[in-house]
Amino acid sequence: MSEASPAKAYALHLGVIALLFALSFLLPEYYHGLLARIMVLAVFAMGYNMLFGYVGLLSLGHAMFFGAGLYGAGLAVIQLGWNVPAAFAVGLGCGAVLALIIGLLALRTTGVAFMIVTMMFAQVFYLLILYFAVWTGGDQGQVVPQPARVLNFGATSLDLTNPTVRYMSALALFSLVLLVTLATVRSRYGRVLVAIRENEERTKMLGYDTFSNKLIAVVVSGAICAASGAAYALLFGYVGSSFASVQYSILPLLWVLLGGAATTLGPLIGTLFMYYVIDVTSGYTSAYLLIVGVALILLVLFFPKGILGTIRQRWLGWLP
Amino acid sequence: MIEANMTETGKTQALAISGLDCFYGAVQVLHGLDLVLNKGEVLCLFGRNGAGKTTALKAIMGLVPSSAGSIKLAGRELTGLPAHDVPKAGVAYVPQGRRLFAEMTVAENIEIGLMARGKGKAVRENVLELFPLLRQRLRQRSGTLSGGEQQMLAMARALCLEPQVLLLDEPTEGLMPSMIAKIRETVAMLRDMGVSTILVEQRVDAVLSVADRVCFIENGRNRETVDVADLRADPSAVRRYVGVG
Repeated sequence: MSEASPAKAYALHLGVIALLFALSFLLPEYYHGLLARIMVLAVFAMGYNMLFGYVGLLSLGHAMFFGAGLYGAGLAVIQLGWNVPAAFAVGLGCGAVLALIIGLLALRTTGVAFMIVTMMFAQVFYLLILYFAVWTGGDQGQVVPQPARVLNFGATSLDLTNPTVRYMSALALFSLVLLVTLATVRSRYGRVLVAIRENEERTKMLGYDTFSNKLIAVVVSGAICAASGAAYALLFGYVGSSFASVQYSILPLLWVLLGGAATTLGPLIGTLFMYYVIDVTSGYTSAYLLIVGVALILLVLFFPKGILGTIRQRWLGWLP
Repeated sequence: MIEANMTETGKTQALAISGLDCFYGAVQVLHGLDLVLNKGEVLCLFGRNGAGKTTALKAIMGLVPSSAGSIKLAGRELTGLPAHDVPKAGVAYVPQGRRLFAEMTVAENIEIGLMARGKGKAVRENVLELFPLLRQRLRQRSGTLSGGEQQMLAMARALCLEPQVLLLDEPTEGLMPSMIAKIRETVAMLRDMGVSTILVEQRVDAVLSVADRVCFIENGRNRETVDVADLRADPSAVRRYVGVG
């Protein structure tokens, strides 16, 4: 944890948001859509980072929180015909409640056991999606119909399938979560989380209820991931079981490690990097994963704490 | 009539342990441990490695569950309290090896101690007055401090809780002589300020220079408690329980 001046840190984050806003007018259509998707998935990574980066809890079950948001919002629209804000709230609520229940059970364990327990719960969640295929669409998934993905404000309306609206909605969610994350990690609570990561027993010995603090972190992390899932369903119009599979529990870990764990902007950098490396290399060869693997090895060698984590360690100690 | 938390000599008890049993799995480490810490004194726990000194401190903090016995802080029962409530009750613990938040700066380490009990600037200033060296290192990462500075920071952070009772587990371990002298000075100053301290020590000179009384711990039992003045006059107890001196 570094001693950054608040103004400097907030200026940097507002600058990043402004840059993303400007890119909306500069990027070609394909990359415009890709960046919208990346911003939503970066929110997923930020939620993961809250628990992994700041508390030091390695979960392999965060796909279930993303999936809870995805299916909570998607099914609220498809099965119940609810409007976009209500569906988003359902998705967010599903993720937060699920995170509370999982947190109460999984936080009885630590280390490898925590990783295994979260992965097992996520597998149960994934299998339940397949089992209740009548409602969820099973492994085929379901499409959220375009007419339902419209935000109505009296006489005016916003069509979430419109690329610009979709991009701005993704940016709005990303910006909100980024600033909330920054405020959280700079707050008293954020410092307690870092203390728990550094030495849980010592933190307890200072009088902090580490279980409650960790539980709050699990719920906040789960809710952010669910918000990302809900936004994904509503903005991109598809809910599918693959988003709740173990692969989607590993991906945010990878994004966070690449960008820099316990850095506020690391999740965006990591997600962006992975997406663009895959996108660019897959255009040249079908063996693109080989190139991705080499790129990852080079990154680990030269940026052992992730891109931003290493930059912070070597040059910019004030980076939050 | 003697008050509930007063000894027969009229001194007020800060902490009283009676009949404490503790286990690590199936192995019993403390066997009916009894000891009394008087208000404003430095009580040293002395004994061989594995005698149960550190376990006694951990049991007070609720880190090791006790299966029998009681631990009373100024008459208030501590056994059964969650570990995070013990510091709130007024006991601070500086473990062996300091265990700082290495990635945090000195200022942040102190701040996290202050936040724990909602203490403010005045307490911070008092603590930094006790450890003026730390004031010059406030922006330095605590992991990069020297051993002695780390020990001071660990003590400073514990004192941010304004404890009634301070538990110090081998605070001079691995330090150079000048730092050892500083730590001893600080313990003596804390006694003058009314803080009651239990000190686990392996060094006879440290015990004789700073403690008021010494408990000889052997096989998880308090074999004998003696005044330091008596021990200076007749150090045979040190030979008897530790084999040196």
